[in-house]
Amino acid sequence: MKKAAIELKNITKTFGSVVANKNVNLTVNRGEILSILGENGSGKTTLMNMISGIYFPDEGQIFVDGEEVVIRSPKDAFNFKIGMIHQHFKLVDVFSATENIILGLKEEGKYDIKKAEKNIKEIAEKYSFEVDPAKKIHEMSVSEKQTVEIIKVLYRGADILILDEPTAVLTPQETQKLFAVLRRMRDDGKAIIIITHKLHEVLSLSDRVAVLRKGEYVDTVETANTNESELTEMMVGKKISLNIERSEPQNTEERLIVKDLECINREGVKILDDITFTARSGEILGIAGIAGSGQRELLEAIAGLQQVQFGEIFYNNPKTKQTEDLRNKTPMQIRELGVRLSFVPEDRLGMGLVGNMDIIDNMMLRSYRKGKSLFLERKGPKDLAQHIIDDLEVVTPAATTPVRRLSGGNVQKVLVGREIAASPTVLMAAYPVRGLDINSSYTIYNLLNEQKKKGVAVIFVGEDLDVLIELCDRIMVIGSGRITGIVDGRNTTKEEIGLLMTKSNGGESGGTN
Amino acid sequence: MAQIKAKQPKEPLIHITKRDDMGFGKSVIVHLIGIAIAVILSALLIIAVTGQNPLELFKAMYEGVIGTPAANMGINKKFVESIHIAAILLCISLAVTPAFKMKFWNIGAEGQVLMGCLTSAFLMLEFGGRIDNTILLILMVLLSVLVGAIWAVIPAICKAFWNTNETLFTLMMNYVAMTLVSYFIMVKDRSGRSDLGILNERTGYGYLPELFGRNYLFNIVIVAGVVLLMYVYLKYSKQGYEISVVGESENTARYIGINVKKVIIRTVAISGAICGLVGFMIIAGDKHSIKSDIVGGQGFTAIMVSWMSKFNPILMIPVSMLIVFLSVGSKFATSAFKVDNSIGDILTAIVIFSIIACEFFTRYKVNFRKNRKEG
Repeated sequence: MKKAAIELKNITKTFGSVVANKNVNLTVNRGEILSILGENGSGKTTLMNMISGIYFPDEGQIFVDGEEVVIRSPKDAFNFKIGMIHQHFKLVDVFSATENIILGLKEEGKYDIKKAEKNIKEIAEKYSFEVDPAKKIHEMSVSEKQTVEIIKVLYRGADILILDEPTAVLTPQETQKLFAVLRRMRDDGKAIIIITHKLHEVLSLSDRVAVLRKGEYVDTVETANTNESELTEMMVGKKISLNIERSEPQNTEERLIVKDLECINREGVKILDDITFTARSGEILGIAGIAGSGQRELLEAIAGLQQVQFGEIFYNNPKTKQTEDLRNKTPMQIRELGVRLSFVPEDRLGMGLVGNMDIIDNMMLRSYRKGKSLFLERKGPKDLAQHIIDDLEVVTPAATTPVRRLSGGNVQKVLVGREIAASPTVLMAAYPVRGLDINSSYTIYNLLNEQKKKGVAVIFVGEDLDVLIELCDRIMVIGSGRITGIVDGRNTTKEEIGLLMTKSNGGESGGTN
Repeated sequence: MAQIKAKQPKEPLIHITKRDDMGFGKSVIVHLIGIAIAVILSALLIIAVTGQNPLELFKAMYEGVIGTPAANMGINKKFVESIHIAAILLCISLAVTPAFKMKFWNIGAEGQVLMGCLTSAFLMLEFGGRIDNTILLILMVLLSVLVGAIWAVIPAICKAFWNTNETLFTLMMNYVAMTLVSYFIMVKDRSGRSDLGILNERTGYGYLPELFGRNYLFNIVIVAGVVLLMYVYLKYSKQGYEISVVGESENTARYIGINVKKVIIRTVAISGAICGLVGFMIIAGDKHSIKSDIVGGQGFTAIMVSWMSKFNPILMIPVSMLIVFLSVGSKFATSAFKVDNSIGDILTAIVIFSIIACEFFTRYKVNFRKNRKEG
């Protein structure tokens, strides 16, 4: 008979007028993996933060092993053997794995790193983790860092583990390894909660699924008795088709040609090396790779925001039929050449938009320079803002609402709407659906497809390989700043891309081994 | 584990949650309550420390600002004086605002104003009587503005090109300015005094004329103009928009092709230029003398005014008046009642703290532990 490790009763948490969780009831048993499924902003992380002592619930009760408890801090949570592995790792870069794991522990006796290493190795063997206790964090890959985080909570004796979107940063192969470990821990009698919004992972890994929608608890179902479309319906609240249309590229021309590009980042590390590719009009070129492999720098180099050390960037102007050299031009100079380049950056509120400004003023970012007047012209941007709000169904109290108060999906609609309104010939979008709910994501895919049909050269940096394979005509894979392959989106597999993503880690680039 | 469960921790007594933006009306009420609490606290303090009747003292404070009813003929001279002090503070607050809006932490207004003072005083002494007085005044304005701007731009250039720390840099520039003034006084007058007395006392060269037969009014009119210009500049001009973008996010600014270095230098130059103008007003329209502490810390008080007004030039009018009136009034009242002047500073501090504390309550909600029945 399975025992309830944690039970939540009527948990409510509000932030101002935003209700993050409302009367949530949830049970997780020992020896089981429970997935918490919900769209972004449905309150999954908030709920877990209350179990791990980061937030305190406004109302409701928490039971551990059948007894009511009050968890006021992460320390309290550890006393109840609850450990959380956050999406953003909390590790000291210059420390070794062992040092990070024992950091902050008050063990009896003197500081004994050999003993700690021995303990870590025991834990690793028990669940077949691969870890080198003496390796420094900054020398580790993302997946190794995650392993350290998991061992850290196990070392503290946790037997209830919460993982917040653990696969977001992993390749398909690394995900499989993680899942194997989690299954072994489950078989060992631990209770495991994993937060995710990826349906296929839910189905392959968990025993039961609890679904949240807009902060409210919908239901818990047995994984064996459900399927993708039923879960989507529970998550979104209505039936939804999960197909992305992909038309054949028409009248393609070479629009943007990048040759032998090499860039060094602010720390003086070579971040892009020997990048050569062509983006064609009327086509979506996908870029895949582990986060931080140089995707951002590549787009910024094209947009004139990143210093280029070596190589060339050419733009074929469809109007004048001339070829322009974009290398090391400022964004201003690029626009003055008549290059209609739109860019939806990864950091929406830190780069693409200004959070504290309203929608109208954010529209103005692109257009305020127009005209000789010393003063701003707000009429045009105001009309554009209203147009975008109506067309893309942006949910906002008014066009004068600061964009930081909008939800992630609506922020992105404002940004993409503005960039498309400039009628670009090249549209670059970095992780445009990150953090968006399913409906908004599909709105964005449709917008990209529309631009493709209009003959725009679209460059799409994505993280969800399923989406990349469905949406893109060609997919370029980057590993450690080099192109490891360009594949046809119509006949490739996730596994092929996954292998290419980790390829250059092998050592031909001469990195750390 | 059993031990831990025995020491079951209780729900925290208070926990604080963020609230939505409060409406304007509600926020005014919170601030009124804050001021009321400040007045009550001040009254209690006056009774406890001085034994005086607080109401009498408050009345004296009022008279210190507005003037006594007996002397009240038309606009009171004392009141114009109080308004003038507030206007000078207001103008420095306006000066620091564009830089602060850009998140350039310029705490060198004191020195920039002082350099304006020094320039004006120098010109008054060197050219007074040698050139036409109107031309002298125009020359004083232009050069004071220029020197104020230069004094501010030096740290701005270093910030823009080498990312130096502008806070330390502008602070140090204050001390350099003070030393320069001391040096100037020493060169002009070798008798070892700390100031040069009233400059051009008999001739009045380089003095701003009276307006409608009143002293100070010229300065007040200039400041009113600066308020209006600054409001329009920040809210409706393209440059003002660029300042907001750079202040909110340098990355966004680069992304849309703003030349960040240029905006930093230009904005700080404007900041320094207005400080230089204030320096001119202090010399030509008020003090007619020079010493190294002539600005009297207003360059720092202005930072507080600017912040408390949330960088809104119009709001800065009442805020600077409140701060100046409190200080002028309490100075008058404490001397009238022969109590220590520090009491006045304490009263001012109580009021300002209460207003700042109001900010907390407009942004956060405090929840107390509910007495739950054990089920």
